[in-house]
Amino acid sequence: MTLAVFFGCTFIAFGPALGLFLFTIARDPLRIIILIAGAFFWLVSLLLSSLIWFIAVKASNPQDESLQKGLLIFGVMFSVLLQEAFRFLYYKLLRKAIEGLVALSEDGCSPISIQQMAYVAGVGFGLMSGAFSMINLLADALGPGTVGIHGDSQLYFLTSAFMTMVLIFLHTFWGILFFHGCEHRRWWEITAVVVMHLAVSGSTFCNPLYVGSLVPSYLLMATAAAWAYLLSGGSAQNLRRFLLCLRSGASPQPAS
Amino acid sequence: MITFMNNSDSEEEPCNERTSLMSAESPPVPSYQDGLQPSEAGEVQAHRKRRTGSSRSPNNIADGNMSDSGVPVREGTLENEEEELTLKYGAKHVIMLFVPVTLCMIVVVATIKSVRFYTEKNGQLIYTPFSEDTPSVGQRLLNSVLNTIIMISVIVVMTVFLVLLYKYRCYKFIHGWLILSSLMLLFLFTYIYLGEVLKTYNVAMDYPTLFLVIWNFGAVGMICIHWKGPLQLQQAYLIMISALMALVFIKYLPEWSAWVILGAISIYDLMAVLCPKGPLRMLVETAQERNEPIFPALIYSSAMMWTVGMAKPDTAARGPSQQTWDAAEDGREDHRSPSHTDSQMSETRSPVPTRPITSFEELEEEERGVKLGLGDFIFYSVLVGKAAATASGDWNTTLACFVAILIGLCLTLLLLAVFKKALPALPISITFGLVFYFSTDNLVRPFMDTLASHQLYI
Repeated sequence: MTLAVFFGCTFIAFGPALGLFLFTIARDPLRIIILIAGAFFWLVSLLLSSLIWFIAVKASNPQDESLQKGLLIFGVMFSVLLQEAFRFLYYKLLRKAIEGLVALSEDGCSPISIQQMAYVAGVGFGLMSGAFSMINLLADALGPGTVGIHGDSQLYFLTSAFMTMVLIFLHTFWGILFFHGCEHRRWWEITAVVVMHLAVSGSTFCNPLYVGSLVPSYLLMATAAAWAYLLSGGSAQNLRRFLLCLRSGASPQPAS
Repeated sequence: MITFMNNSDSEEEPCNERTSLMSAESPPVPSYQDGLQPSEAGEVQAHRKRRTGSSRSPNNIADGNMSDSGVPVREGTLENEEEELTLKYGAKHVIMLFVPVTLCMIVVVATIKSVRFYTEKNGQLIYTPFSEDTPSVGQRLLNSVLNTIIMISVIVVMTVFLVLLYKYRCYKFIHGWLILSSLMLLFLFTYIYLGEVLKTYNVAMDYPTLFLVIWNFGAVGMICIHWKGPLQLQQAYLIMISALMALVFIKYLPEWSAWVILGAISIYDLMAVLCPKGPLRMLVETAQERNEPIFPALIYSSAMMWTVGMAKPDTAARGPSQQTWDAAEDGREDHRSPSHTDSQMSETRSPVPTRPITSFEELEEEERGVKLGLGDFIFYSVLVGKAAATASGDWNTTLACFVAILIGLCLTLLLLAVFKKALPALPISITFGLVFYFSTDNLVRPFMDTLASHQLYI
């Protein structure tokens, strides 16, 4: 466990998110506030779900292994559902905020659209989720020790970093999908997000059989990415134009 | 508090650099005097609002309207524009405060996590005489409550003393007090801090180099803070001294006392700022009545200001230049463009300047800045630093407290924009911070640890 591992895992886990933050969020103060508020909402959901799990554990027999395992599974699922519930609450809050911004703006339109808010909220959720999963690991990576010396997987840090990265991305895309579903009253989009989240969290139960957790998560991420891209107004033509750097008519870059 | 009010409270040590009355030296801007005479009538209410406005631009804009009380016909349209400006600049102001608060917290947390000196128990301040080394929980709790009572009383006494000094115009005394406390912070505490950092990283430094470094740091700091200097350098110094002060508190306050003190000081802040006879409120009102800038050196100002101002702006010339500048800004400045005959307008632009030098454009720009008391910086950093020091090595707790404090600050600024009066900046943030500290440390940590040991992800 060296500085190399520390920096490597940090940048694997948070590099893309940092890029997203720097290029799309850092310039606009309103987006930064929405990001931090999103992180706060995720934090509150985690707090409540930890409370429930803590009470359940304290009320149960600590010797009973299978019960504890069952409680853990219950805790994870409940936490996922609560996160999505708070995402919905955050959506409601942002809707109200947009109405406020519209009312107070000069030209009757809000300085930020609900789609941008959805994206930023997703990044906020993702960053906080990733930070809570990864920061303690990174701090330990700086210290002495050997990974997997007791027979566990030696790839613990690396896979954790990759899992964190995929989760951050997934939260971003889920934010877009969720808010779109709420906006247009498409309940199946919302359910799809919840189901995907449950699937990703459930797949981590396969760990340390990483092929069972990382591969499905990345596939789900690709699906969610494509879906979010299409919902945000992207299309195959846009992508082609962007990749080929064409400038005929419409701008090749997708609107941020 | 989000005005400079909180500077003067929590004066734990006699030579605590918390308030400054540089106004003793800085003459009120002459160009405003012309505008001020006719508006004396509306002054009283204007001052009440201007006090709050002096620390953040939404309120400055609000003040503009309040001072317009003599011209009610403009009130309606100006209200709307004022609201626009409030929200338009609201997000920017929040970020202008997020950044320094974050920087201060990062400095404190980085120091706490790396330099062991600040987490070692090495005695206590005389303001917290009761030791917490007692075996029984009840005794420990009692001791921490007693410590808190003593600390808060010291703070109240200091604040009241300061208010009295200010009321009776003992500027020299206050001035000397502040100079002494900044000297101590900038030289002695920095010397100790540098010494500990060098020890931690096992870096040798000879005394001549040390003397040179400390001397330059301290001298430039004194000049920047108490006189003139580039805004960003001044901000950096204020952040550094807040961090140093917070580190001292983290080191010398015993554990339970620290938490109880944090809670008690938020309540005190709430009362001192909102109660009609609160010392801080009276302090600011007095300053407003005298039309003096209050404590310019010990408020963090995020205003975008020109560094060396023009001494006496030419009233004739500033009109058009102001307008062109305004036009460049946003094009909606019509109601704010100064005309020296417009007394109300000029009054809006005489809020608390952070620097004795004033140029019209400077203050115009400065209105759009926000000011936060250094006391707030210090206590936010104490909370996060204590979380970093005592949360069993858990970074999640520190992160949770950090986010909680930022959200509290955001909410406070929102309430400020809604109520347009002075609000204490400590209560909401500290409450959130405390709630999140205790809940994350006790509830979330076991959950996340269990998840991490099975490599589960939520």
